Amino acid sequence: MTAAVGQWVAMMLPALHVASEEGGNGFTPPTIGDFFPPAILFEGTWFQIDRIWIIRIVTTIVLVTVFVLAARRAKLVPGRFQAAIEYLLEFVRRQIVYEILGKVEGQRFVPMITTIFFSILAFNITSIVPGLNLAGTSRVGLPLLLALWVMMAYWWAGIRKQGLGGYLKASLFPPVCKQMPLLALIITPIEAVQIFVVRPASLTIRLLANMIAGHIMLVLCFTATEFFLLHASGAFKALSALTLAGGIFVTLFELLVGFLQAYIFSLLAAAYIQMSLEEEH
Amino acid sequence: MDAVTLAEISGNLNSIGYGLATLGPGIGLGILIGKTVEGMARQPEASGQLRSTMFIGVAFVEMLALLGFVAGFLFT
Repeated sequence: MTAAVGQWVAMMLPALHVASEEGGNGFTPPTIGDFFPPAILFEGTWFQIDRIWIIRIVTTIVLVTVFVLAARRAKLVPGRFQAAIEYLLEFVRRQIVYEILGKVEGQRFVPMITTIFFSILAFNITSIVPGLNLAGTSRVGLPLLLALWVMMAYWWAGIRKQGLGGYLKASLFPPVCKQMPLLALIITPIEAVQIFVVRPASLTIRLLANMIAGHIMLVLCFTATEFFLLHASGAFKALSALTLAGGIFVTLFELLVGFLQAYIFSLLAAAYIQMSLEEEH
Repeated sequence: MDAVTLAEISGNLNSIGYGLATLGPGIGLGILIGKTVEGMARQPEASGQLRSTMFIGVAFVEMLALLGFVAGFLFT
């Protein structure tokens, strides 16, 4: 067990932080530059491939393979692998979609929310997989894409249910405006900014900032361990045990955060769709 | 040491800013989650709905702390 943990840490260290080699004996804290690794292919073009992109491609292939395998070998009496996948699928369907949208309205949105949940989960988990070490969602593109998808979905849901005018009227002029027309001067601009900008922007920033913060905490713990163990003198070496324990704790915490962010993102996506399905809110 | 350098502080002001930015959401999360637990204890059968409502609220409160985090990187 301890040997496995040691091996795992040894695998985590080099890939986590390349900059510490250049810094010599000094301690180099992680920077935002960690998320922009040097390009590997097609440098300078729109299709520049760097480490984050390779991580994203690998994760996509793994995710698709897992689900294709689960679907191909689906049996009436599920094995352990199939049961785990089914448990997660049922969790998304019941705890997120049906809980918020109800069974009748929710049926249509199950595939979309499921896709969002599993993509975010997979791309978040890569931040603690040794050898990958960077979350696919830790750069703005992927969270932004998913948030725009959610935005299109709740617009589409609202327009389909109430028509464009009806949807805009329901979301920009809440019922309170009928009693106090002057209040619309304040409420309508706020609601407009809300449905156009704030919702997708907050979805993006929440996911992105969580993954950036998580990676920085991980790097900080493991580089501090390396620094204390190899470059510090005397009694300071003992501190490395503390930072190592901190690193392992943060890794487990990242697992929790990765799951929680996937859950919150899909929950909010369902909640936004539900808000635009309501006639009066 | 003269009077001017006596109170000199070195380092990045952003870290203080982020520290301040976590205060409000911290208090907010405490109240929010505490109240939800209270509600669940009083009415265990409503806990499913309470939990998902709590997470939506948590997402909004947590957003403020994350904005502070992002601002710390943006305005260097």
